[in-house]
Amino acid sequence: MEKKIAYIALFAALIAALGLVPKITLAFGVPITAQSLGIMLCGTILGAKRGGLAVLLFLLLVAIGLPLLSGGNGGLGVFVSASGGFLLAWPLSAYVTGLIVEKWRSGPLLLVATAGSVIGCILVMYLFGIIGMAIVLDKTLLQATGFVTAFIPGDIIKAIIAGLLTAAIAKARPASLLSRPAQNNAL
Amino acid sequence: MISLTSPIETKAHHWNAGLKLAALCLSTLVLFSIDSLVIKSAFLAFVITLYALPGPIFMRYGLSKLRILWPFILIVFLWHWWVQELLQGSAIIIRMICAVALANLVTMTTKLSDMIDVVRFITQPLQRFGLNPRILELSIALVIRMTPVLLNKGENLGMAWKARSRRRSGWKIILPFTLIALDDADQVAEALRARGGLTNQEKN
Repeated sequence: MEKKIAYIALFAALIAALGLVPKITLAFGVPITAQSLGIMLCGTILGAKRGGLAVLLFLLLVAIGLPLLSGGNGGLGVFVSASGGFLLAWPLSAYVTGLIVEKWRSGPLLLVATAGSVIGCILVMYLFGIIGMAIVLDKTLLQATGFVTAFIPGDIIKAIIAGLLTAAIAKARPASLLSRPAQNNAL
Repeated sequence: MISLTSPIETKAHHWNAGLKLAALCLSTLVLFSIDSLVIKSAFLAFVITLYALPGPIFMRYGLSKLRILWPFILIVFLWHWWVQELLQGSAIIIRMICAVALANLVTMTTKLSDMIDVVRFITQPLQRFGLNPRILELSIALVIRMTPVLLNKGENLGMAWKARSRRRSGWKIILPFTLIALDDADQVAEALRARGGLTNQEKN
């Protein structure tokens, strides 16, 4: 119980910290916020339920007025802005990502975690994000999709990084990989 | 950690947080259901007045929080300029600004502790499904406490990298950073357990 709570809380804090560290620059010189990488890691490391709860806890803190989103944003306003759909999809994204890592045991972790991140944190997230954007900006779904496609390549790179990190963490701290409990004998 | 609550005390700071949130939900629904550009513009004027009432510092800070909207404003403006429906475009822009500005206003005039009380109230029905309210409150406190700790450790990591390499750390630094978070989580879990754990609190 304590371990679950501590992991959920610390990963919520990790998402916050990843959004507040000075921006991380990718190899191509494209600055990215590492925050969505944090969402992916919640899913791939904590698994579906705990990962989703960690993200939910993070969003709860944003909603009650803590400036934890990248750029020091927060409060209730961000949820009704045009990108609010993306935010609201975060818990489900982490859940789906975690579910894929939990259920798909046969593949190598690098591949599974990357695929999970792509499906959960890109497909699911963009689906909700595009719907939200279409509502707020009063556009069709296709038009809203057009506005956000530019961000997809960057997110695919993040999903690959999430896969690499998850595989490395599985080696460094096998007992901490809550999404694959069978792999560690410590529990 | 500093919350987004405005340090400039307004009358609204003393209003009931639950009522403010309910009013916010209601006005957002109304905002999305009206079509008339005139009423929307009046709404915008009303929101701006609300921001102006507590004084210029409050207003300047509040408006600076709306800066995140400019990419969307630009997209909508260019789009509707292209299809020559600028009136419709401005209605969409006004609606979005009003919705976000109102929501931010509630955040700016509500203390963190009042918000946590609302969270406690809303999550009360969930107790029947096994959610221990003290666990939720402890989790909130843990995140608030651990975020600056992690941030500090992340900055130290960045400095350690800089001291050893002239190249940028890139994403690789996230690996040790995540490991630090995992180790901290293990220590926090042990500390919680050493202090009696969480499960036996329910009986108190």
